Amino acid sequence: MTLLYTDVEDELRAAVRDLLADRCPPAAVLARVEDEPHDLDLWKTLARDIGVAGLLIPEEYGGAGASAREAAVVLEELGRAVTPVPFFTSSVLATHALLQAGAGELLRGVAEGDLTVALVVPFSVSPYREVGGAVTVTDGRLTGVVSAVAGADVADVLLVPVDGTLHAVPAAEATVEVTPSLDLTRPIATVTFADSVAEPLGAVDVGRTLRFGAGLLASEQLGVAEWCLETTLAYVKERYQFARPVGSFQAIKHRLADLWLDVVRARAAARAATDGTALAAAVAQAWNAGVAVHVAEEAVQLHGGIGMTWEHPLHLFLKRAKSTELALGTPGDHRDALAELADLPGPVRAEPDRPELNRAGLS
Amino acid sequence: MDVVDRFLENAPSDRLEFLRARFDAGLAWVHFPVGLGGLGAPREMQQEVERALAHTPQLDTGVQAIGLGMAAPTILAFGTEEQKKRFLRPLWTGEEIWCQLFSEPGAGSDLATLATRAVRDGDEWVVDGQKVWTSGAHHARWAILVARTDPDLPKHRGLTYFICDMHAPGVDVRPLRQITGEAEFNEVFLTGVRLSDDLRLGEVGDGWRVAQTTLMNERVAIGGAPVRRGGGMIGLVADAWRERPELRTHDLYQRLLALWVEAEVTRLSGVRLREQLAAGQPGPEGSGMKLSFAKLNQALTGFEVEFNRDLGYDDWAFRRSDSVDFLGRGPGYRYLRAKGNSIEGGTSEILRNIIAERVLGLPSEPRVDKDVPWKDLPR
Repeated sequence: MTLLYTDVEDELRAAVRDLLADRCPPAAVLARVEDEPHDLDLWKTLARDIGVAGLLIPEEYGGAGASAREAAVVLEELGRAVTPVPFFTSSVLATHALLQAGAGELLRGVAEGDLTVALVVPFSVSPYREVGGAVTVTDGRLTGVVSAVAGADVADVLLVPVDGTLHAVPAAEATVEVTPSLDLTRPIATVTFADSVAEPLGAVDVGRTLRFGAGLLASEQLGVAEWCLETTLAYVKERYQFARPVGSFQAIKHRLADLWLDVVRARAAARAATDGTALAAAVAQAWNAGVAVHVAEEAVQLHGGIGMTWEHPLHLFLKRAKSTELALGTPGDHRDALAELADLPGPVRAEPDRPELNRAGLS
Repeated sequence: MDVVDRFLENAPSDRLEFLRARFDAGLAWVHFPVGLGGLGAPREMQQEVERALAHTPQLDTGVQAIGLGMAAPTILAFGTEEQKKRFLRPLWTGEEIWCQLFSEPGAGSDLATLATRAVRDGDEWVVDGQKVWTSGAHHARWAILVARTDPDLPKHRGLTYFICDMHAPGVDVRPLRQITGEAEFNEVFLTGVRLSDDLRLGEVGDGWRVAQTTLMNERVAIGGAPVRRGGGMIGLVADAWRERPELRTHDLYQRLLALWVEAEVTRLSGVRLREQLAAGQPGPEGSGMKLSFAKLNQALTGFEVEFNRDLGYDDWAFRRSDSVDFLGRGPGYRYLRAKGNSIEGGTSEILRNIIAERVLGLPSEPRVDKDVPWKDLPR
């Protein structure tokens, strides 16, 4: 496997980037984000004209049969524009679960861009812990509440993992209540099932889907970090203080050089994570999540006062970066996972109390 | 790899003869021209050659690092045909070791300020000055040297690049005892050293441009070596961690996991860089490899000492090192030696400036010395 981009990937990137430059400039995202964050017209164009919705879906179900590598390139571009579309939640995360469950007919709709799906788990769930317990099945009907679900507000079908089985619930059968979210461009919602009609689709290992998603999220984080770095570079070249561009001061230049080096390594990590292994995904999330947050925070600082305003789109990127740091496992969760994956065992537990020492200590 | 198979069929068994024959077969640097240790082949073929010859006599890449990493590419780029024929073969086989006479007591990061003079005298140049931080000068047969040939020009323009004969009268190598106790590098005093004009590399006055080739190769050479996942310095630390459960603490554990991640992403970006080079699309990532390597190596060596809880040190003897044996020495040595990683071959500060200005396109700091004749600069 190469860590470079192939010609096909470069072409896909160019198509997505051109469309987003035209339809989704930061000012447009900013203008809509408080009222109706998701841009479903743009999503239709991305899905139908460029075919991104079915990238990961096999050709037999009407998809492109592409690999995680192509999906990763799309995510980089969507990250660079904090594009408010349900690509990650529907076409990556939920699609992976559907593929596991063997739900071909639903996949066909997703591939065509007619159907949007969402995996009903808290977006901050760790891939390394048991998921579930919030929803129960009785006589084929679901009951329970799941909070902080990403993509649920625009999903036609909700996919609910219960005890190792994936269930499909039409959105109308559940209550989806959008709650204020830190990331304005990827809203979260509380999903309530009350004796909701559900169709069991097949077996699913949610942990696998979440690890796959975490590995690809690293590419979105790379895109966020790239935009923040490029925008900051442009700003410090044009902003004058003390009769010099701010970017000519060594104290500023060195910080930007370090950020660039972090981003260079984030790109290599994101590319490696498309191989689908648990170790590469853990490494990429442990690194890229922190890089996106750090670059966004530095971008706010280096923009001075303007960086703290609502009118500059930078805050959208900071919010996306900080939210995805928690999404599908924190960097700490992913580092912990390396204990096993990279054979780095933790500290040995302290020996049980030795009473004679305790007594000696008291006397 | 027919060419390797054919070479191995008739290869001599003696180590030196083997290396000479390998050079003559064009298997030293495959991307170099035929007759100069290469086959004029794509650079990526070298990796296959190395794999195929892994069980045969190898170079001492420690003591030969400057010759291989810096002198050879510079000679290839700027040398005359005679110079290439004369120097490349014994350089590669290790028969002649090289050192680098660049830094001076008054010119380190600001290398172009250097004061060592070379004055023309017929077909010869007479060199006077003092160099410092010269690794391996005590084994070196030859040196690459930058000297000032016109003090009336601004500092970058009046420089000329030479090959210095380290056996010439007037070359005095004195050990410098380092933070580690040993003397890996030296001061070199040059007093009336006469170098014939055919030891000049490139045009008179073109020394800065020639030196840039050396320095860029140096930064790729340091920290650019391929390692397997979990290998190298992080491998050493992780192995110790696995073997000494009684020394593990929660605090160190969190740091170890973070360092393992940093080592892995740094390794991956090195892999990506080599793929770019092989595909003929060298990216700006090269400037960053040495910088990230230095930071990581210093963090890892500091971690190692702390983990071991060992107050001892393997050897403080003031001695000349024969070779670079970083992994073979103890943790204390590694900790101290790694302090040089952010200084040697361009300080991390200079490398950040290079990234900021040449990769990111940020404006340079105001320069007061650029157009002033060197002789009028405050020193």
